[in-house]
Amino acid sequence: MQSINKGLPRAIGRRGIMTGAAVAASGLAMPNIVAAQNKGAIKVGMPSVFSGVFALLGQSSAAGARMEIDKINAAGGINGLKLELITRDSKGKPDEATKVVRDLVNSEGCEIILDAETSASAFAVQELVRELGVLCIHTNSETTSLTANPKLFAPTCFRSARQGIHDAIGGGRYAADIVTKKNLFKFVTAAPDYAYGRENTASFMEYAKIFQPKIEVLDQAWPKLFQPDFTEVVTKIINAKPQALYTALFAGDLVALIDQGLLYGMFDKMETFSVNLGDYGVLTEVKQLPSGLHSGTRYNRIVPETAENQAFYTEYTAKNKDHKICNWSWENATGATFMIEALKKTEGNTDGKKLAEVIKGMTIKSPFGTKGTLTMRASDHTVIDYVVGYGVTIPKDPFIKDVYMADWGPIIEHEADWKKRNGFG
Amino acid sequence: MKLEALLACFGQMSCVVTQSTSALIIGMLLFLVASGVTLIFGVLNVVNFAHGTLYMLGAYIAYTVYQPTESYFLAVLAGAIGVGIFGILFERFLISKVYGQDVLMQLLVCYGVVLVMDDLVKIIWGVDFRKMSMPVAFRLPPIRLGGGLVPPFYLFLIIVSMVIGLVLWFVITKTRYGKMIRAAAVNPSMVSALGIRTPVLFASVFGLGAVLAGAAGALAAPVRALTPGMGFSIVIESFIVTVIGGMGSIGGAFAAAILLGFARSFGSVGFPLFVDGLMFLIMGLVLIFKPAGLFGRAPR
Repeated sequence: MQSINKGLPRAIGRRGIMTGAAVAASGLAMPNIVAAQNKGAIKVGMPSVFSGVFALLGQSSAAGARMEIDKINAAGGINGLKLELITRDSKGKPDEATKVVRDLVNSEGCEIILDAETSASAFAVQELVRELGVLCIHTNSETTSLTANPKLFAPTCFRSARQGIHDAIGGGRYAADIVTKKNLFKFVTAAPDYAYGRENTASFMEYAKIFQPKIEVLDQAWPKLFQPDFTEVVTKIINAKPQALYTALFAGDLVALIDQGLLYGMFDKMETFSVNLGDYGVLTEVKQLPSGLHSGTRYNRIVPETAENQAFYTEYTAKNKDHKICNWSWENATGATFMIEALKKTEGNTDGKKLAEVIKGMTIKSPFGTKGTLTMRASDHTVIDYVVGYGVTIPKDPFIKDVYMADWGPIIEHEADWKKRNGFG
Repeated sequence: MKLEALLACFGQMSCVVTQSTSALIIGMLLFLVASGVTLIFGVLNVVNFAHGTLYMLGAYIAYTVYQPTESYFLAVLAGAIGVGIFGILFERFLISKVYGQDVLMQLLVCYGVVLVMDDLVKIIWGVDFRKMSMPVAFRLPPIRLGGGLVPPFYLFLIIVSMVIGLVLWFVITKTRYGKMIRAAAVNPSMVSALGIRTPVLFASVFGLGAVLAGAAGALAAPVRALTPGMGFSIVIESFIVTVIGGMGSIGGAFAAAILLGFARSFGSVGFPLFVDGLMFLIMGLVLIFKPAGLFGRAPR
């Protein structure tokens, strides 16, 4: 006869509890021990998505950060200490992301986190970092509330990625001007059905309507992320008979929408505004890129048209043959630059609070700034003065012309008003 | 829920034509993938969770052949045959080892293949998504039919998929090979006792299923973004089709795929936030009222 206890866990005894407590205590003490052992280098952890359909996120993020890290290492490092980037795959899952960050800090001895996660995981990482106290720079999450909501504020967390509300204000202004000129006010929208797509679309349309009150939204399509077929989305858009389309789809989903839309002649029937079209990966893979679509300038070698930006483009594309330069590339290079400049100021001290103190309000020289600089705003720890632009597509490199770059004065004014209205002021 | 929009659509010929074409193209491509799943399950009793990988491989092979040749015909042929060969090797070296074993073991083997193939695709083609351009012959404006829009490329895909479906039906119901397949599905031991080499038959059935998946991936490549892992979402929909149609029934897979095509196409107008839910709802209803599926036979 089988024992009824077979297969059940054994009761934990006093000795087991003591052993567990000792292991837990050694785990908690680990960061300092490991850090002390590793003072030949400053370890920087990067959690991101390195597998599956979203692997480009991790690949381009690591490449962007590595470019800046390699430069400082080649120049001798920080006070003789080299920087070492350690990447880990979170597979895009928030619970996995927190596990990975904890491992990077506790087991690998990372003293700084460049969080290259999607928005879904960035919120979870921020909560964990509040507890760990290390410096963390979110390099990819564009969801506004991550840094705008004071309730979520974490003293050692910053954002070097563009922000949804900034794009919405700049893009809304641009779209309102175009539709006013052409007298086209009926919109449909198509965006991925998750937090980013919903928030991005809502704020873009909100600002388009603020700048042109005649604008109305006839219908909205919310395809699932990475769904294989967009035919139903295309036919839904066409049946709504709009005069303009706004889409926040990105990467392969945007390419599929454009290619499937072309079959129906969709883009001849409406003005199209696409915030994410401006990435090289999308522009080069849409084989019959239609002229005249309105594209956000996520990253483009001619926006801004400076020697510094062209140099970044040339170096990045020479070093990374396996993927194309994109928005995530500059956002992560920027995150790494802020980190390096802060480490220079603290002379290699990696204490989270000390690094946060010096990054707050810091202005760096940057190829991605509208005036050649980027500032980490002290009030909400987010980057400003980067290029928020739109242009009109052309089929050949540089794929964009008639570039409009939004002025940061009005963006900041409208953002302050938005924060007040949403209880973030 | 937007019932008014759905009713308005039914009231307009243009909307009905556009949405119906959309339904047919969604359904027919789904059928090609799902028919392979159901064929493999019906004969080999294997739930091939790696079928989406075969679809992905078909698309990537087609893309690779299309780049230098610019021949869509060659690209589709290479996609279908290449994946067919891969399917036979997959069956011989892996799947044949788990015949008759627990479904969890099959799942483990298939999942392992999915992970390995996704990584291989990344190594060979990179992490960037890839795009095969539209064949020049199909770069045409949409045809106007009853006020609705029908893209010539979709018309072509619908016709080709139907022809493939008819050939499959003919092979299975009217040929000696088809008789062997059907017999093996019912009693493989008896088929073996009659002198038919069942390992070869099984490998050919798996290869045929793989050809169908590869052909679907290759045919759809001009309107899909190719990414490592792209087979994941199609495999879920294929299993829904297989369950609704009845595990092992090719006719059932056809009916279910078309049904889902219409559910997706008109659902996006009337229930835009419940399109995926609609598919699962239909599957749930079928499982409640006809547990063996629309065309499936109840187990004896």
